[in-house]
Amino acid sequence: MDQNYIPIDNIQLALASTLILINLGLSVTLQLGLVKSLGLATLRMVVQLLLVGYILGWVFALDNPWLVLLVALVMSAIAGNASVSLTRRRFLHIYWHSLLSILASSALVTGLLVEGVLRIDPWYDPQYVIPLLGMVLGNTLTGTSLALDRFMEDLVGRRSQIESLLALGATRWEAAHETVKEALRTGMIPTISMMVVGLVSLPGMMTGQILGGVNPTDAVRYQIVIFFTISAGTALACMGIVLLAFVVLFSPDHQLRLDRLQKRES
Amino acid sequence: MAIVDPSGVGKTLLLRAIAGLDPIQAGEIIFQRQSLSSLSMPRYRAQVFYLHQQPALLEGTVEFNLQQVYRLTLHNQKAYNQAQILSYLSSLQRDVEFLSRSVEDLSGGEVQIVACLRALQLAPQVLLLDEPTASMDEATAQQIEALIVQWQQADSLRSCIWTSHNASQLQRVTEHQLILKATP
Repeated sequence: MDQNYIPIDNIQLALASTLILINLGLSVTLQLGLVKSLGLATLRMVVQLLLVGYILGWVFALDNPWLVLLVALVMSAIAGNASVSLTRRRFLHIYWHSLLSILASSALVTGLLVEGVLRIDPWYDPQYVIPLLGMVLGNTLTGTSLALDRFMEDLVGRRSQIESLLALGATRWEAAHETVKEALRTGMIPTISMMVVGLVSLPGMMTGQILGGVNPTDAVRYQIVIFFTISAGTALACMGIVLLAFVVLFSPDHQLRLDRLQKRES
Repeated sequence: MAIVDPSGVGKTLLLRAIAGLDPIQAGEIIFQRQSLSSLSMPRYRAQVFYLHQQPALLEGTVEFNLQQVYRLTLHNQKAYNQAQILSYLSSLQRDVEFLSRSVEDLSGGEVQIVACLRALQLAPQVLLLDEPTASMDEATAQQIEALIVQWQQADSLRSCIWTSHNASQLQRVTEHQLILKATP
């Protein structure tokens, strides 16, 4: 493979890291008190990414379908966990519900993309599967955590409205309908706005491909395909997590069970 | 029937349990010779209404709130009857203009009126009234009482459970009293 991009060596990396000194300098002069957290975040980011780079290099080299599936599973688990950790309330098995919706939706859309659209051979080629899944997961995670958080907060905030509907003979679905709708809308906002911004900032993946030497018109095609995949995945995952939460928080007897919801200790 | 709860040990909880809004820890609720657990909850609640002390209305006008309940599956074979509502309103000394008011502009007492009308228009069998006139002035409270009595007399099987801090009101509208006491 001919290499038409400039690899970054260690010295160049160190050179770039001096840019963070601008932030540190600002924090010190303006007494923002960010030095410690900024330093820690920087260090963490560098170590994490270098590590990921090495692991992916290893996975790419071994070219083993089980290994690719294992990495995909670990990535989904981290996304499922992160999605919940951003919300303010908890219910029993919330992590499993989140993992299930994220894993099922991402596996489905990435599978369709890899097998149905791109027709990659072999299907598990990590060079495609891992970054594509990563992008789907990243966006699904934002969507589900927003939708789930909104849903739980709204149930608490609109409790008397929901219960007065129930008390008049509404089914649990009729009583929750508005709240579910609002949660799904909230979960989809980042995805929809992301599709609008294309002109302001070039999307990350496209930028990456262009830097890697890919023809811009080809990079754009990839980006369009990815946008569609991400919106389908996010919609499915939001629907999944909100419906699972609905089933937990509304009993089959059509009762709103807010006693099953705990505020997270901070 | 009145529920009197001088020490505040849980009349609201009792009414909520009867309305099936909370799971009950022990015991059984029987409605028309059937256990509540064997009845469809929405079908049961469509006959046994619970009126919250501070009712929640949907965003919009009064009339929108009155109409919206007919969109629920269990009530959609009935139709909104504006004439009936207007006759209720005239006995409350209010006119058609009240229907177009936005619920945000209503006083606490008026919100209770809307919630009460929303329930009465659907002709339930049982009303569970949790301080239904608490935010109203004395005159309006008595007019609402009259409406509820009128509803009840239309069918001998209709009944209501009423809680209130107003002892003379309970004397007027109820025949039996159930007094809740805290267990020491």
